[in-house]
Amino acid sequence: MASKKLFPSPHEIDTIPGTEGWQRMYPYHYTFSTTYPERTEYEEGMFWFYDGLHYPEPVYPFDLIWDEAWYLALSQYNTRIFSVPPAYGIDHRIVNGYAYIAPVAVKDPREVEARAAQFRERAGYYYDNWEPLVAKWEQKLKDTIARLEQLEIPRLPEMEDRSVVTEGVGESKGYRLLKAYDDLINLGILCWQYHFEFLNLAYAAYVSFLDLCQRVFPDVPSQSVTQMISGIDVIMYQPDEELKNLARSAVELALEKVLSSSGSFAEVEAALLKSAAGRKWLAELERARYPWFHISTGTGWYHHDRSWNDNLDVPLASICMYVGKIKLGQSIERPLAEVRKQRDRVTAEYRALIGSAEDRAAFDQLLETARKVFSYVENHLFYVEHWFHSLFWNKVREVGAILKEYGFIGDIEEVWYLRRAEIKEALWDLVCAWATGIKPCGPLVWPKEIAWRKEVMRKFHEWRPPPALGRVPEVIQEPFTMVLWGVTNASFNSWAKLREAQAAGDVREIVGFAASPGMAEGPARVCRSVEEIRHLQDGEILVAPTTSPSWAPAFVKIKACVTDVGGVMCHAAIVCREYGMPAVVGTGGATAIVKTGMTLRVNGSTGEVTIAQ
Amino acid sequence: MTCSGKESGAWGEGPQVPVRTTRGAPANGPWGFTMKRSDALVCWFQECGRNSVQQVGGKNASLGELINAEVPVPPGFAVTTAGWRSFFAAAGIAETAPAVLAKLDANDMDALEQAGRTIRAGIEATAFPTELRDEIHAYYQQLSDRCGSPAVPVAVRSSATAEDLPGASFAGQQDTYLWIEGTDALLTHIARCFASLFTARAIAYRIRMGFDHLRVSLSVGVQKMANAAAAGVMFTLNPSNGDRSSIVINSNFGFGESVVSGEVTPDEFLVNKISLELLRRTVPRKAIYYAFDPERRACVRSELPVERGTAASLLDADILELARMGKRIESHYGCPMDIEWAIDCGAASDRKIFILQARPETVWSNRDTSGVAAGKGKSALEHIMASMLAGKRLS
Repeated sequence: MASKKLFPSPHEIDTIPGTEGWQRMYPYHYTFSTTYPERTEYEEGMFWFYDGLHYPEPVYPFDLIWDEAWYLALSQYNTRIFSVPPAYGIDHRIVNGYAYIAPVAVKDPREVEARAAQFRERAGYYYDNWEPLVAKWEQKLKDTIARLEQLEIPRLPEMEDRSVVTEGVGESKGYRLLKAYDDLINLGILCWQYHFEFLNLAYAAYVSFLDLCQRVFPDVPSQSVTQMISGIDVIMYQPDEELKNLARSAVELALEKVLSSSGSFAEVEAALLKSAAGRKWLAELERARYPWFHISTGTGWYHHDRSWNDNLDVPLASICMYVGKIKLGQSIERPLAEVRKQRDRVTAEYRALIGSAEDRAAFDQLLETARKVFSYVENHLFYVEHWFHSLFWNKVREVGAILKEYGFIGDIEEVWYLRRAEIKEALWDLVCAWATGIKPCGPLVWPKEIAWRKEVMRKFHEWRPPPALGRVPEVIQEPFTMVLWGVTNASFNSWAKLREAQAAGDVREIVGFAASPGMAEGPARVCRSVEEIRHLQDGEILVAPTTSPSWAPAFVKIKACVTDVGGVMCHAAIVCREYGMPAVVGTGGATAIVKTGMTLRVNGSTGEVTIAQ
Repeated sequence: MTCSGKESGAWGEGPQVPVRTTRGAPANGPWGFTMKRSDALVCWFQECGRNSVQQVGGKNASLGELINAEVPVPPGFAVTTAGWRSFFAAAGIAETAPAVLAKLDANDMDALEQAGRTIRAGIEATAFPTELRDEIHAYYQQLSDRCGSPAVPVAVRSSATAEDLPGASFAGQQDTYLWIEGTDALLTHIARCFASLFTARAIAYRIRMGFDHLRVSLSVGVQKMANAAAAGVMFTLNPSNGDRSSIVINSNFGFGESVVSGEVTPDEFLVNKISLELLRRTVPRKAIYYAFDPERRACVRSELPVERGTAASLLDADILELARMGKRIESHYGCPMDIEWAIDCGAASDRKIFILQARPETVWSNRDTSGVAAGKGKSALEHIMASMLAGKRLS
């Protein structure tokens, strides 16, 4: 391991004054240890990087559930199930509220070899049986989601119903509340077990194709490689298609005036209910909502990423945006045919330039595999991060409502300041007190603790996490690390440069990953959340922390997209390639530097963003 | 002399088949263009192609090939090897040279120099045979008419038929005379090119190789002189790593000499051949350039002021147009190419790119083409495993 001192040691990060003791907001094994020399030494030798892709903000104690879920799931598939030869799992920590992760390498070459034999057999089985296994997977996901929908979070009655006696139930609502909470958590963890069933292998296939292309064509831009696997239809686009259909229908039914009369769905709905055409349209909307509006307005990783179904103002604004386009005679179609034509041309031209027959054969095999796995990479997001998560957060809110009812918390939205294990303890406190006929202890404990935690979170928000901690290794072999975070020396160097330039207050150029080819120049629009995309004007360049499917309507307005986090396979990159517009992703902090109205020049082929003015 | 771009009908308007053909019936060449009969004394570049090396030498053949591929090349004509033979006969070289060349030692430089000087003086003093002279005059007049000039300035270059001259690659080792104007001056310089067959070095080379001095032949190219705002070379692969999906352009202001000779570190532009996008630009400071001096009617080396020397010598639009042209030339030849180009100094709105030379790239193209794929196995899984084991280097 090389030990270039680019980043601070994980044990050198200062606690923000006033947040002392923050560690108790997270599980004990998430803290960098200075207590146990053996663990300190291990942590010193590892390379930790900030998981800004999933956690651009500090993690709320409850929200850590998905981090824990993928900590387990990804790691187990690498280490114990498929036996990825050079990589074990990915270790996790929290520093001042921010998530850090470290890939764990298999160092012993004999071990790598032994694991390779296992991998050949096990991963080989999955690659060979990809389609039927994915079909089975979809069924498992649908079943899991159905179980979640059916899960009842019972309220505690003053007296149990008479039927508990007459039917010999033998269980109380108190027990059932505890069990329902366990079931809820377990369904969440289960869903994430499935989330990673194919993902490691899918990324491995993609990375290998990228690797081959880079060997044969050392100058190949990574977006040319992803362009070769673009144009594949995935269900992740369906929610957006539903919005477009509703927009078309609104124009046909001449409802555009009513739709855009108010930003609030409630008022629009009241107006629509007055006409037959309006009622017809509302019925169409209702059909589209399940499941296609289970779309998070964020990435789905935070509880505050509400779904379209939670807030119909969001899809309504997007529908109005599409209606506006239609009325102006502009196309709202995804230029899929053109994207495919370009994909095929680019693929054929690269292929024709490969000099060796062996390499051409490898190219064909890896391209086919990369295309085969692509739709899973996109579709799992809809099932897990959007559909499942949207329902899940609301079930937790039901639990929060009970805690609020008994004075444990002052507001349902305070439930996120408790760890999932603390909620379980609080429920025990509540249920036992309910059973015993006494006052629970929680109302004495939690409101004060939550007030303190809110202040801690506020301070966490103001802190900027360093991009990485510890020692930079010479080589990274873990497929996720390579694809999702695009961990390269270049990216870290440019991030480090950006931080310096920012300190000096003079940034003219921001560098990220070249994610979708092309050049564009235009005024910037910084949107920190999806609610802000309604301010977008035609021809602007979107600058965002990251994007997700609910940002889709933005892409018909903009000329180019720049994000803080993400690699060449992130949402913004994929969508921009589908729309054929330039994108630079993973800039490390464009939203902090660019101001709305600045003129930007985006080069999606080189990853450079120039602030022209 | 005005800048070339302002002249009418300069070049780049596709093959321009001449009005006048003096000898025999035109025959269709292998690429569908008109080929002169092999005994023509003079022919237009566009009447040549890659199979014309024996008639017009490699350089002229290549220019003809490019013109016929609709690549913009400054127009011109070739005095063929048949033209050389008619001159050779008129000069009586077969009668006078054997005595001078007899018993020469290839290592005796003084004797070689002496013999060469004698023969070259004879050649340069020889009057052109009337028919050849009239043909050259007529072609030059037509070229001048087409360029809208009474006596268009031309470049006069020898074009070797491969094995006759040392270093007889296309690399421009032979004589080149620039800014020649008028039939008389033209004839003088064509004769000088002919005479270059008898430099001491050429004589020594033939002695060593066992070639007959009297069977050597040469063609001469006469090409409209092009002024250059910027010029350089272009490879249709990346010469530093062999990447065939790249096009690398080296460029400086003025004529390409400063780039070809290595006198400056040129601007370098890396373009993706498939998307035709500019991936990287490197613009170092260029200290000097070569430009046409209207007073001296010659190409002279000049200093570049700092502010100009640190600016890019090409516009983005030029770079992409060049790359498109490079891609087309590569696809015409079917192999990576090494191309010399220039941009004439017309107004920015009608800057015109032209190609001066194109030859197959040899360094990477002759390398072993065994695979670089990580997996030696035959399946995607084996490739995936190998690639995973190789990992991603961070340094």
